[in-house]
Amino acid sequence: MTKVLTDARSIRIKGRSFLAVVLSPDLPLDQWLVQLDDLAARSAGFFLGRPVVLDVSDLAIDRAQLKALIEDLAQRNVRIMGIEGARPSMMEPGMPPLMKGGRPAADFEVEEKEPQPVSETRNSAPDKPVVQEQRQVTQSIVISEPIRSGQSVIFPEGDVTIIGSVASGAEIIAGGSVHIYGALRGRVMAGSVGNASARIFCRKLEAELIAIDGVYKMAEDMDPALLGKAVQLWLEGDVIMAETLF
Amino acid sequence: MGKVVVVTSGKGGVGKTTSTAALGAALAQRNEKVVVVDFDVGLRNLDLIMGAERRVVYDIVNVIQGDAKLPQALIRDKRLDNLFLLPASQTRDKDALTPEGVEQVMADLKRYFDWVICDSPAGIERGATLAMRHADMAVVVTNPEVSSVRDSDRIIGLLDAKTMKAERGERIEKHLLLTRYDANRAERGDMLKVEDVLEILSIPLIGIIPESSDVLRASNIGAPVTLADAKSAPAMAYFDAARRLAGEDLPITIPGEKRGIFGKIFGRKAA
Ligand SMILES: Nc1ncnc2c1ncn2[C@@H]1O[C@H](COP(=O)(O)OP(=O)(O)OP(=O)(O)O)[C@@H](O)[C@H]1O
Ligand SMILES: [Mg+2]
Repeated sequence: MTKVLTDARSIRIKGRSFLAVVLSPDLPLDQWLVQLDDLAARSAGFFLGRPVVLDVSDLAIDRAQLKALIEDLAQRNVRIMGIEGARPSMMEPGMPPLMKGGRPAADFEVEEKEPQPVSETRNSAPDKPVVQEQRQVTQSIVISEPIRSGQSVIFPEGDVTIIGSVASGAEIIAGGSVHIYGALRGRVMAGSVGNASARIFCRKLEAELIAIDGVYKMAEDMDPALLGKAVQLWLEGDVIMAETLF
Repeated sequence: MGKVVVVTSGKGGVGKTTSTAALGAALAQRNEKVVVVDFDVGLRNLDLIMGAERRVVYDIVNVIQGDAKLPQALIRDKRLDNLFLLPASQTRDKDALTPEGVEQVMADLKRYFDWVICDSPAGIERGATLAMRHADMAVVVTNPEVSSVRDSDRIIGLLDAKTMKAERGERIEKHLLLTRYDANRAERGDMLKVEDVLEILSIPLIGIIPESSDVLRASNIGAPVTLADAKSAPAMAYFDAARRLAGEDLPITIPGEKRGIFGKIFGRKAA
């Protein structure tokens, strides 16, 4: 007899993507944990309710050390949803699952050029061959109202532009760059899915936290001379650079 | 159809109940039919400020649960016949308010009154979200200090997300009422400046109410300040705010500063 599966209701399985925070520890681990504590202390609830993936691709540790690290993180209330880049020999039952296929946002490979004054570039060499820029389609969203305390805008697909201010206690997480035509008083994480060329622009810098590709800066780490100014921030290596605009 | 206004703030003790009573009485003195509704179930205060505490028989919870008809629960003000109070229950907890019940009460009140002014409880929980749910406009009461401003910002976000108007894709009209403004402390720099508050919250300002012992005096005699002493500084500021709420365009003055300078900068309309 063959069973015919007709009346049984089928199970619905849907795909859904979440933006996970990826932690990539450095050696020595105890020093890295101190830095993490520092971030957590100054930014209560940073990891709360967010999926966290531990990326150990370039980390020379063994199974025992990985296990200890997961426990150290658990003690800090950082619950790991998955592990990326671990060798099978590092894993054991009971650990968060090994994850593959994490997709960073489309990286731009465009070379940074020295900005040139507009007046110089305007009329010079009109018949210079037009350089065909290599472009990928980037998505972007524009929000034309202020982002209020307690609100978050999460857009891993690309750039976020806010026409208005981002309040203290509000947050923007973008896969690409973030442009704020107003005051930035909350937190902004640009390039959050691994895009080191993402930038942050704002009319008035009073941020609680800014991050680009995981490198972060808290309010007290920012140069006081930049506060209240129109500023752009970008990443050079592992250092966040900033300069005033206009 | 009347307009439903929620008086809200996030933070407690900033002057919501005082403002609900004062604006309600000010609008009633313009010969409009007004009801002030207490949503602060379990911590009701509006009956005291209105001087009606000894006349409360039924309350909004009784109406929602069908133990009383709406007209039985409404208390008419002793001084103004077109001003009414719908009290909250002091003995029940806030879960006694159901969304369907509140919707029905608001729909009924809108048919009889020009203004339905809802005094929200503090916080961002159920009581506060129910109070704002059916509002057409909001008066966001804020004191010039950082915690109050941040909480107001949070409330504005909720007004844009959790109200019926927002869910229908419309915009709820939001107005800022800055209360307990102390000119001396402002001069010493102990308080946030008016322009800083406006810059952070970016909603139109409908008034600045000075810190004043006249407010306490009015509450001690059980009268809204706009009825207790219509010539006092806070009462005059509330009268102007009520006119702006009703759509009049008046220049705004900062207590202790020269008249009118602010009107040019911040008197404009937006929502
Ligand atoms: N302009 C003012 N000058 C002086 N005192 C004031 C003023 N406005 C309000 N108060 C006082 O502040 C206190 C709190 O006011 P009120 O009860 O109106 O605030 P509330 O926001 O309704 O508080 P809750 O969140 O507890 O409901 C009261 O004692 C009131 O008399
Ligand atoms: Mg109150």
